[in-house]
Amino acid sequence: MRLLSPIKDHHSERRLFIGRAILSSVVSVILLAVVIARLVQLQVFDHELFAEKSQGNRVRIEAVPPIRGLMFDRKGRVIAENLPAYQLELIPEQVDDLDDTLKRLAAINLISADDIPRFAAISRSGQQFKPVTLKFRLTDEEIANFAIQRPRFAGVDFRPRLVRHYPHGGLFAHAVGYVGALDTSDMQRLDSARYTGTSHTGKTGVESSFEDSLHGEAGFRHLIANARGRRVPANTSELLDSLPLDETANPGFNIHLSLDLDLQQIAFDAMEGRRGAVVALDPTTGEILALVSTPSFDPNLFAVGMSTSQYGDLRDDPDRPLFNRAVRGTYPPGSIIKPILALAALETGATNLTRKSTCIGFFQLPGDDHRYRDWKPEGHGPVDVHDAIAQSCDVYFYEISGKLGIDNMHDYLTRFGLGSQTGIDVLGERPGLVPSREWKRNNFRDRDNKRWYHGETVIASIGQGFMLATPLQLASVAGTLATRGARYRPHLVLAVEDPLSGAREVIEPEWLGNIAIGNEAHWDSVLGAMHDVMQGPKGTARAIGSGAPYQMAGKSGTAQVVSIAQDEEYDEEELEERLRDHALFISFAPFDDPRIVVAVIVENGSSGSGVAAPIAKAVMDEYLGYSDD
Amino acid sequence: MNTWGTVMIRLNETHRSLWHGRGQSRSFAGLVRSLNMDGPLLVGLLLICAFGLLVLYSAAGKSTYLIVNQAVRLGVAIVAMFVVAQLPPDFLRRWTPLAYISGIVLLVLVLTKGDVGQGARRWLDIGVRFQPSEAMKLAVPMMTAWFLHDRQIPPRLAHLAMIAILIAVPTLLIAKQPDLGTSLLIAASGIIVIVLAGMSFRLIFGLAALSVPGALVLWNFMQDYQKQRVLTLLNPDSDPLGAGYNIIQSKIAIGSGGLFGKGWTNGSQAHLEFLPERHTDFIFAVLGEEFGLFGVLTLLTLYSFVIGRGLYIAVQAHDTYSRLLAGSISLTFLVYVFVNTAMVTGIVPVVGVPLPLVSFGGTSMVTLMAGFGILMSIHSHRKLLPH
Repeated sequence: MRLLSPIKDHHSERRLFIGRAILSSVVSVILLAVVIARLVQLQVFDHELFAEKSQGNRVRIEAVPPIRGLMFDRKGRVIAENLPAYQLELIPEQVDDLDDTLKRLAAINLISADDIPRFAAISRSGQQFKPVTLKFRLTDEEIANFAIQRPRFAGVDFRPRLVRHYPHGGLFAHAVGYVGALDTSDMQRLDSARYTGTSHTGKTGVESSFEDSLHGEAGFRHLIANARGRRVPANTSELLDSLPLDETANPGFNIHLSLDLDLQQIAFDAMEGRRGAVVALDPTTGEILALVSTPSFDPNLFAVGMSTSQYGDLRDDPDRPLFNRAVRGTYPPGSIIKPILALAALETGATNLTRKSTCIGFFQLPGDDHRYRDWKPEGHGPVDVHDAIAQSCDVYFYEISGKLGIDNMHDYLTRFGLGSQTGIDVLGERPGLVPSREWKRNNFRDRDNKRWYHGETVIASIGQGFMLATPLQLASVAGTLATRGARYRPHLVLAVEDPLSGAREVIEPEWLGNIAIGNEAHWDSVLGAMHDVMQGPKGTARAIGSGAPYQMAGKSGTAQVVSIAQDEEYDEEELEERLRDHALFISFAPFDDPRIVVAVIVENGSSGSGVAAPIAKAVMDEYLGYSDD
Repeated sequence: MNTWGTVMIRLNETHRSLWHGRGQSRSFAGLVRSLNMDGPLLVGLLLICAFGLLVLYSAAGKSTYLIVNQAVRLGVAIVAMFVVAQLPPDFLRRWTPLAYISGIVLLVLVLTKGDVGQGARRWLDIGVRFQPSEAMKLAVPMMTAWFLHDRQIPPRLAHLAMIAILIAVPTLLIAKQPDLGTSLLIAASGIIVIVLAGMSFRLIFGLAALSVPGALVLWNFMQDYQKQRVLTLLNPDSDPLGAGYNIIQSKIAIGSGGLFGKGWTNGSQAHLEFLPERHTDFIFAVLGEEFGLFGVLTLLTLYSFVIGRGLYIAVQAHDTYSRLLAGSISLTFLVYVFVNTAMVTGIVPVVGVPLPLVSFGGTSMVTLMAGFGILMSIHSHRKLLPH
């Protein structure tokens, strides 16, 4: 042994090293063999699986949204169309600082500052490559303004698309309804495969009830997409081959409405912005010629999207412009129902054609000193059933109410369709209410209130009390009176048309049966009285009907405003206005061959014959060709 | 003899033979030899680089900028290889301890003053920005070989313990940056030296057995993203859009390439950006997709040739230091190739190890080429053995 280190045996050391080197080579070969085996597995044995996966990776299916069907009025004029518009979009993955970008967009007034949190939430929640629409329709000025500033807004751009457009603004807002951006509840309801690529859906009116026809069938476009789903230009032949064929979108069906643009306009204008509704229909088919609810709103706001504050203003407006009074507003029908009750009384023998009452301005039940007042304090004097309708004498109906009874009243009112939905082809219709003993029993808790009182029969005989009806129901009732008992389901849609083939599916009028009235003379009497309402010497609406070039019939009504919700705040002048009676009117013309009926309600209009009747007359004049211009 | 003197004489000879066309330099092979290059190794490396540039051009989306950038890096690396090849092994051996100690100092400096990039502290800026861990890739096997050069082979246990410390210090310093991939490669380069030096198999297998509890300890030291990589390897489909995405997409790329590939620049996985890190760590998947099994085997053959040549040079080397160092450099190169290809094909977890000489970028290219420069130097400076 040496002190420092043992003598190195170079030969044995080299032998040892060579041994180890050979061993290392063997290990190396084994390692490479493992990798090669893996490669063979991936590239030879599993090749087809991975080839398929890589194909599926790059080919994306993009839905092509269909073009929504158009809507026309009965004379073929466009009521709802699709216009090209530029919309402002944001692609989340391309935006550096989302909050800052939204803030700066708000600073140049392209979006409202209120909406920043909403857009920020949408942008963060969705797929990052999917564009988020910030504004559905940009004005020319906004486009010009943004075009200059675009470099400052990475990931924000405008893109052309078709936007639903209602050329007549608020005129048809309640009849046709509107489309709005798809929300989560829509997505749960609708077939997601059909609606990929669709941004809007019908929310109310015909847009909603005929959504299925209007929407159309989505097409598909196969495209080559990169890992973030963005479309990339396919510039090499290898990438383009074997793409499946695209499927074009089928446009939605066009809808032909029974509404008449001119009539709708006349009715809308005649309302002069007051709260109320006008419904005109053809009594022989149930086709609705005009359906107006005022005040209205611009449905285009929903189609293009509005800011939270804009929507808030509409929603909180005390005049409730979004509320469809024509089919959802329920009002006490008042004297409007007198012709029906007269028919009921004649048919059941509660009165006859010659029986007279002497109206002294009020009526009292035996053993009760409560006075049921007539609208005319001095009384109508001696009146028969004809006069009672023509002059709208309340006392006559008070008197026969006892003998007629609530059961018969309920029976006949129900036969005319009151108290249940008319079956109109839009959603959300209210059934109104025809009270009965049974209804009281089921709907009151208090023992005393479960009973039906005689006094309630008395006020029911002039359409007050619990009774409620929609303007649509009143129009339908008027139609049944005009046709001597024929009932048709009111409808807005005449035909659905395939725009490609031109094939039309016509929706036939639906006859709901006839009301059996045994004695035709009863019809003559009641309808004659309704004629005299407008054109008789003592008719309540003779100021409107007399001198008209055609024969017409009508009936006015006044509905007492029972109460005002306590949480609503009005100033005193307004409060007074809102406590006034509602003015109602139904009418039909021509008298011998009725082609149109009109029902009008003007909230707080005070006088049916004074305020509501002229509106009905204007609509009939227009329809029958007697308007001034 | 003064080592510097030797170098200068050598360089002078090189200069003369280059410019005056004397002696061996008339033929190309002679020229290569007179430049202290090793012909077969040089050809193998250049073929790998050329093939790599071809794949990179496609992987980088036909970017000429990247190709030029990479070519410049390659040029610098080849120059480094050339310069190192002129340094005789004795010279390298004498400067080894200083290189190692400077490396350790720099690593400590990185941890205290280094620049942070991508969540790790790897870069040091002392006039030039560089990663000291790169230098350690050569310094550790050099130091280990230096330590064993004068000592008994096979090494005794006490010596092994010393070497363990020499390896462990830089390994831990780099792991702390954190740069798990590099630290494991550096540990491997040191371990390879002692295995080649004849460390007994009993010890090797004993330590291998100990590595199981060792792995558990390591697990506790791992960063979350590192743990995630291991978990993802075990079941890449568990998180297809997250951590498993890389592996799934690279397997699709390679598998869909089939036998002959989709053709150069036609890889849909790569060009449609499904494949992440496609011009760096995952470039092997681009190769597999566009050139198929055929292309992949071609590259692996070139790698094998270079590794084989390296081992041949090691066996031919005339002293302990050269032998161990040459063997370690060759086999570490194999480890690179294996770890990267195994990672891309989903055999081992995703550790940030580039495919040597093909992946874009990197100080690593200079280190690698400098390593091959050492191999060449060892081969061209070998002395005749006294029989």
